[in-house]
Amino acid sequence: MNIPEHLFYTDSHEWISLDGEIATVGITDFAQSELGDIIFLEFPEINMNIEYGEPFGTIEAIKTVADLNAPVSGKILEVNTTLEDSPEKVNEDPYGEGWLVKIKCSKLEEIKKLLSKDDYEKIIA
Amino acid sequence: MKKTTLYNHHIKKGAKIVSFAGFAMPLQYSGIIDEHNTVRNSVGIFDLSHMGEFEISGRGAEDFLQKMTINDVANLEIGQAQYTAMCTNEGGIIDDCVLYRNDVSYLFVVNASNIEKDFLWLNKHLEENVTLIDVSHDTTLIAVQGPESKELLKKVLDDGSLIDSLKFYHHGTITFNGKHVLCSRTGYTGELGYEIYWKGEGASNLWDVLLVAGKEFDAKPIGLGARDTLRLEMKYCLYGNDIDESTNPIEAGLSWITKLDKGSFMGRRALDKVKENGVSRRLVAFKMLEKGIPRKDYKVFSNNIKIGKVTSGTLTPSIKSGIGMAYVNISFVKVGTEIQIEIRGKLLQARIIKPPFWKNGSLMAN
Repeated sequence: MNIPEHLFYTDSHEWISLDGEIATVGITDFAQSELGDIIFLEFPEINMNIEYGEPFGTIEAIKTVADLNAPVSGKILEVNTTLEDSPEKVNEDPYGEGWLVKIKCSKLEEIKKLLSKDDYEKIIA
Repeated sequence: MKKTTLYNHHIKKGAKIVSFAGFAMPLQYSGIIDEHNTVRNSVGIFDLSHMGEFEISGRGAEDFLQKMTINDVANLEIGQAQYTAMCTNEGGIIDDCVLYRNDVSYLFVVNASNIEKDFLWLNKHLEENVTLIDVSHDTTLIAVQGPESKELLKKVLDDGSLIDSLKFYHHGTITFNGKHVLCSRTGYTGELGYEIYWKGEGASNLWDVLLVAGKEFDAKPIGLGARDTLRLEMKYCLYGNDIDESTNPIEAGLSWITKLDKGSFMGRRALDKVKENGVSRRLVAFKMLEKGIPRKDYKVFSNNIKIGKVTSGTLTPSIKSGIGMAYVNISFVKVGTEIQIEIRGKLLQARIIKPPFWKNGSLMAN
């Protein structure tokens, strides 16, 4: 299972990469493999405020629907619109082309609640 | 959890295992969409050993089955198979089943989730000159489905001539490495396909040989995930989703197997009444006109009034849109009617269509 060193993780299987106060969010390789073929994503509107731990969107595989949980609080800056036509990118490249949303963090201290690679690895072991 | 005789082969192939009707079954191997397309384009191999099989024999077998099932057993000739169902006295569907007539006995194939219930129901109504035996644990059921299924089977069998002449919903005895087994031209996918009922040990050899010989056709093992999307594209009912004891065969669109004129049978009086009074709802097939995937139990609306409930839904790999089945109030069941499906609080537009969704299958291929 691919778990890059430089990212942060949640126990609900999102990953976060931080650039200043801008967080890019996706789902982990483990999550995409558990879900199977991803066929549909529902994202919030741009500029919407989201709260840490609250669901902000949904991800659908053939057999299941899962919530996307906000790993940080903040404002939605951008959503990955290319996934509308090719949701399979989340399966193929979960840490790259399959990214989901960019969030402008409003409470940077929340980052402390996120998991490191080692912590996340223990959760999925 | 019970395991089929092929369980270790699924693990070896990297299958994702789920619990289904008390069995550890493969949900998927390479991925549901890939497996779905494999069956539509070439050939897929399924382990369906969780299904139940009863042997019914004795002088009174035909009369007994005539009483217990809703299709007309008198029309079933030796070497034929028949899609049928059992109903309660109130007309609710106990199970949908396939009945095979052999020389001296019948094979009654039931859903995995209903094996115990069906056996008890049949046993409760058993008559003196009828023998009922549950042979489920001794039977490995392998389905070979897809346009290349005939070529693949011919390649591995000792003599392929039976396969060449086997007609839709007929069965016969095939020989594999000297072993005789029942094979029918039946399935749940909408493609040309066969189901092989292997009694006793040694079925895993057939499974392995099918996969190896199938390489030239790009054959793959197929899990329950793709089995569900394949059947949904054909609007085939799934027991527990689209039909159960709270639904009757008339509203479920199974009038074609409900032979009210065959004489008395379990549930007949209730079903006569349903036919006489007309149904209040019907199981329809619908296609999403907006982006969204319908799921079981989502509500169906028309002009903000609730008119029904989704029983099965998915995004179909073949036509790439949300599709589903729903029980809908009888005033709204006409093909072409626009309805709305409530998906996470939003009403999304859908249209009732004439099934099946998938119309280009090889089901009736020569």
